[in-house]
Amino acid sequence: MTPAVRRWVFLAGVAGLAAFYLWGLTGLPRFGSYPGPYGDVINRIAVAQTNATGVVSAINFEYRGFDTIGEEFILFAAAIGTATVLRHLRGERERAARDEAMDRTVPPASEAVRMVSLLLVGPTVLVGWYLASHAQTSPSGGFQGGVVLATGFILIYLAGEFLVFKRISPVDVTDAVGAVGAGGFAAVGVTAVAMGLPYLFNFLPLGSTPGAVSSSGTIALISFLVGIEVAAAFVLIVSELLEQTLLFRQESR
Amino acid sequence: MSALAAAARYTAPLGLMDALQVTILVLVAAGATGVVLVRDPARQVIALSVYGVLLAVLFLAFQAPDVTLSELTVGAVVLPILLVLTLAKVRRREE
Repeated sequence: MTPAVRRWVFLAGVAGLAAFYLWGLTGLPRFGSYPGPYGDVINRIAVAQTNATGVVSAINFEYRGFDTIGEEFILFAAAIGTATVLRHLRGERERAARDEAMDRTVPPASEAVRMVSLLLVGPTVLVGWYLASHAQTSPSGGFQGGVVLATGFILIYLAGEFLVFKRISPVDVTDAVGAVGAGGFAAVGVTAVAMGLPYLFNFLPLGSTPGAVSSSGTIALISFLVGIEVAAAFVLIVSELLEQTLLFRQESR
Repeated sequence: MSALAAAARYTAPLGLMDALQVTILVLVAAGATGVVLVRDPARQVIALSVYGVLLAVLFLAFQAPDVTLSELTVGAVVLPILLVLTLAKVRRREE
């Protein structure tokens, strides 16, 4: 096939695609139109049914809790997979990576970066904790809170304290915390079954005030469990990658 | 206070929100193009981080604050960190 023929085939294909695409665009519903009844029903009944004013969380952790547990275990499996692929192999020894170009000096983290990072650790952990524990009252949730919590740990590394980062997040501890979070979610579901209720049924007292932190039963509990699982998973992934970057591994001879 | 804010949002002229949404859609399209056009991986990660922030604002403008929080943390912070660490590892091997 000569380049000219190939160009014509390409142009014909593009023209066909463009025609179908424009045809499809003309048939789209109006911007912002919502045909289904499901969202409207949820909007009307969710707060009364669950006492959670964060309706998105009520959907994530209650009405569609089964979907969320699947997503939770996707992240869990990804973190475990990363740790497995990057594990310390038998027969490997490691040393701190040193710069091979001896005449080059590596600048340490600047005082400004260290200062700002350390100052931000506290507020970041606080915000993460708040997000993970207030899914039932406002737009937030375990996933967002967990990632913010993990960022707090990463800030400690940014402040130039890799050893502190390793000391407060050893792999077996992050593994255990992650397992408690993920397993706790599943255990909440199984507890409902043991009580003769459907899987992941909201069996805890819902509280009397919609929007109170103590209300909404299992929604708040599951969100918090997701929060610590996500935080542990991200800390695990980042610390494995950091180790890959900062340490040099080779076969011992 | 929140009731007042809600009332203010619903009495605001309709065109204002539309203008905001169109602006952020254009910015996101420009940001995505920018990420593709930057060729140096290290700079590309920074561009990707900025794009993550733009995407977070987009979700906020379309009234999805939950997704905004996720995108802000994952798209603008954690993903760039993972990419930077990977780049550092790959470059060390190349040297």
